[in-house]
Amino acid sequence: MGKKTMVSFALNGSEVDVVVEPRELLIHTLREKCLHTGPHIGCETSHCGACTVDFNGMSVKSCTLLTVQAEGADVKTVEGLAQGGELHALQEGFMQEHGLQCGFCTPGMLMRAYRLLQENPDPTEAEIRYWMAGNLCRCTGYQNIVKAVQYAARKLRGAAVESSHPLLEADAAHAH
Amino acid sequence: MIPRPFEYHAPQTLPEALALLGAHGDTAKLLAGGHSLLPMMKLRFAQPEHLIDLSKLAELQGIREESGVLWIGAMTTENQLIWSELLQQKCPLLVEGARQIADPQVRYRGTLGGDISHGDPGNDHPALMIALDASFVLQGAQGERVVPADGFFVGTYATLIDPTEILTGVRIPVPAAGTGYCYSKLKRKTGDFATAASAVTLRMHGGRVEDLRIALTNLGDTVIRATDAEDALRGEPFDNAHVDEAARRAMAACHPVSDLRGDEDYKRAMAGEMTRRALHTAYERSVH
Repeated sequence: MGKKTMVSFALNGSEVDVVVEPRELLIHTLREKCLHTGPHIGCETSHCGACTVDFNGMSVKSCTLLTVQAEGADVKTVEGLAQGGELHALQEGFMQEHGLQCGFCTPGMLMRAYRLLQENPDPTEAEIRYWMAGNLCRCTGYQNIVKAVQYAARKLRGAAVESSHPLLEADAAHAH
Repeated sequence: MIPRPFEYHAPQTLPEALALLGAHGDTAKLLAGGHSLLPMMKLRFAQPEHLIDLSKLAELQGIREESGVLWIGAMTTENQLIWSELLQQKCPLLVEGARQIADPQVRYRGTLGGDISHGDPGNDHPALMIALDASFVLQGAQGERVVPADGFFVGTYATLIDPTEILTGVRIPVPAAGTGYCYSKLKRKTGDFATAASAVTLRMHGGRVEDLRIALTNLGDTVIRATDAEDALRGEPFDNAHVDEAARRAMAACHPVSDLRGDEDYKRAMAGEMTRRALHTAYERSVH
């Protein structure tokens, strides 16, 4: 039995202290001790990316990181994206462009896209697909996720945004 | 999903890490990016009693050029390789190879040194290192030794690294100006290990192939340097007949294992095809 140790890190800007065995995976600490249950578990072979969180400025799969490795780290989960009740551009984009259905991959998708858009604020479709390849989705077929990331990229760059969904636009025109 | 219990150590310096490794011997494993080791521990294929985390060791970080030789710290991550302007300029084969490894998240953690030390024939860096004529710097309690990549990989998960040594970095002679290169990898999907892959560096002179290196990924119990295939082209004009002969010899050098990626015949044929494509692309990129 590995001796338990205390680990301190910043979680969405707040300092947290947890006591863990060395073998505890970060995803389990986040979900079971910190009660941040947005990050999900979709596999045990590090493929799906549902557990993706932002970790010291990197997108990491928190199922493949030990909590003891997070000592002093800056961790951000999907729960930290919205600010003051206002959705982050990515959350808005995923909603407007129908980039989710069951929602199980969504927290990981959002956190990966969050880092991607800081590294590359104006990615091409091919770049979005390549740099989001560590996140699997069973529902969407990815098309609308690409549109959602493009929507958020435009908004974050300060450009005009509109949903690519034709019915929404027609509806809006009708309302005027 | 749940690893066996173990003790965790986070040394601050290389001597401290070596002392821990000496103290715990075979019961210890070095933890680098953790993207091969932790998955094996989660499936209980590996059950070390001690993990020695190398992430705090400054000695294992950095990418620099020293008198015509690139030095890359063992803890350099795959994304750091991809984003390195020095490597994009001086060693584009390594960047092209790293872009075909795993996925973005894995590349933020997985390291060059870990990919090499793991000794998995499915990993891509062993072939890239052989094609680039790299050598590895191994630090033990008694001192440092440098071993060439060609010959370092002795079997599945087996390398020349001693259990008391730590791979600190990689040395790559900066490829001569005009050297062509290619890493051609066949895989079922992004993030998969190769069904077959071929790493090539090639230099032309006076209308003939002056020198070349060909190394094959996941086509035997360890990486294969296809020396017979190299001999088919070295000193010869670069034409279809010589390239086809090199591809045939690359196929002959393989001893693939049948699995879900295909049977032996398919993998052997793909070894030839990947080699043919890598040679053609390397030639196109070379000064000739």
